[in-house]
Amino acid sequence: MKRRSSLDGGYAIFMLPGLIAFAIVIVGPFLATVAISFTKWNGVQAPKWVGLDNYAGLLGDPYFVASFQNTIVLLLAMVVIPTILGLLLAGLLYSYVGRKFGPRTASFFRAGFYLPQVMPVAVAGVVWGWILTPDGALNSILQSVGLGVLAQNWLGNPDIAIFSVMGMMVWFQIGFPLVIFFTALQRMDQTIIEAASLDGASSWQTFIHVTIHQIRPEIFVVVLMTTIATFKVFAQVFVLTRGGPGTATYVPSYYTYLNFFQKDQVGLGSAVATIVTVVVLVVAAVFINFQARRDLAKES
Amino acid sequence: MAISSTADTRPATKAARPTRRKPLRSRAMGVVQAYGVLLGLLALLVVMFSPFAIIAINAVKTPTDLAANGPLSLPQNPTMDNIVSFWNAVDFGGALRNSLVISLCVAVFATALSLLNAFALGIGHVRGAIWMLVFFMLANILPNEAIVYPLYYMAKFAGLYNTQLAVIIVFTVIQSAFGTYFIASVMRAFPREILDAARVDGCGKIQLLVRVVVPIMGPSLAVLMVFAFIWTWNEFYLPLVFLVDNSQYTVPLAVAATQGEHMMNESQVAASALLGVLPCVLFFLVFQRTLTRGITAGSYR
Repeated sequence: MKRRSSLDGGYAIFMLPGLIAFAIVIVGPFLATVAISFTKWNGVQAPKWVGLDNYAGLLGDPYFVASFQNTIVLLLAMVVIPTILGLLLAGLLYSYVGRKFGPRTASFFRAGFYLPQVMPVAVAGVVWGWILTPDGALNSILQSVGLGVLAQNWLGNPDIAIFSVMGMMVWFQIGFPLVIFFTALQRMDQTIIEAASLDGASSWQTFIHVTIHQIRPEIFVVVLMTTIATFKVFAQVFVLTRGGPGTATYVPSYYTYLNFFQKDQVGLGSAVATIVTVVVLVVAAVFINFQARRDLAKES
Repeated sequence: MAISSTADTRPATKAARPTRRKPLRSRAMGVVQAYGVLLGLLALLVVMFSPFAIIAINAVKTPTDLAANGPLSLPQNPTMDNIVSFWNAVDFGGALRNSLVISLCVAVFATALSLLNAFALGIGHVRGAIWMLVFFMLANILPNEAIVYPLYYMAKFAGLYNTQLAVIIVFTVIQSAFGTYFIASVMRAFPREILDAARVDGCGKIQLLVRVVVPIMGPSLAVLMVFAFIWTWNEFYLPLVFLVDNSQYTVPLAVAATQGEHMMNESQVAASALLGVLPCVLFFLVFQRTLTRGITAGSYR
């Protein structure tokens, strides 16, 4: 039955509002940022074309270099540690707690660890800032258990500040991989696990050799999404340290914010923003490429 | 891939391995071990929650009590003073209202925009649909700083600077980047027979969208709305740039951006943190099912 229906074709009109909105709010501003990055501009007077000067200057800019170095260190707290802890916790909750105490108990723990994820990072930052002050709760706890020697100016000591920020990040991030991995375990083929355990594999061996292999796609998603998130870190640093002491906790988006709105160096800020965007897009390209290849493999 | 809007809540125990009889002694050991693991996890959960507990007890503690007994003691004579004085200093009621208006508008508009885009891509299969999806995904991961300054400049030019409308417009588009991707992915599984039936009935496109697609996509649209709401509520960078007056502040701005400006004492800061946390705990309790259902979808953010 091949009657011509009004449902064949002609849907493009439905995308019109979306495409106009995206052109104005995303594409236009992004292209403008790239263009501004080739100028010297204070946001008021006419911008002056300087070619690649901003980019060249950034190579020797200690703030910029520190921003990227710190971001690399933050990957540990945003990606590596939460992913590993999330894997262990999800495995423990699903395969052990779920079996021994029922799925409701497992869900309860999952929800508990996820809670920080639903709040504004900025608010979480205020919570932690309060705890990390020199006469704050963390130092009080250390003193009360006789570890007063470990008490620190957690956010004021340039050697330690970044690790304090990282502690808060791990606490905040952990729920995300946990929930993703937990869902992955639910969809996993249980017969493989059973086969492994019948073959005499210990639960640890099964976890390392079978489970982790099975949920590899989700691990990949989590690693890439949290890596991208690491390059966007802003509120944590803004609230806890404002990049300080010195450049100890500078991150790219905080540095762009300063250039845009406090130092009136819009061209320089745009250059930093452009570089961060390129890095993030490259990371995303790896992801899309991976996903496309996996979809192809599935179809064939 | 991992996108799904339907919960998979089948109990973990269903797949339990066949039980083999073990000696009594080793079974007893197993029980001890199981409770040991449970206790360990509980201890970890207590550590996770302790920041909230510390904030809560100090929010209702008088500054003198805090100075005398430190942050770990229970409040001697609990007081609402810190909470009230912070609330009044930043007009927290106004901040709640602003956050609610902005987040609700964005949730509704972004979901509507996502639905229109996804309808054309997922049902209409317009030419280049795959590339459009890639585009929406890239738009979704673009860092704020890549668009913030031109947007700020445009908002000033259009007289929208320091207005909630500016924030609503920007976040509607940003959230619908993710939403389009999400809804279009779910639409891939849209039952073909229903579309064929609509075709036979001579149904028009708008009818198809409103009468057929929307009811069937309802649960996914609800998930998207909840996520768009919470994500917008939690945003910081763009509201910080666009909203400069205290009267326009959202909750995160009222809590975080006013630190230092208001000469608040430690007890008031604790109170501010508590007030920032509480609405989210409420959302968490209300939307918990939707959240755990849709988080897999959120993995694309």
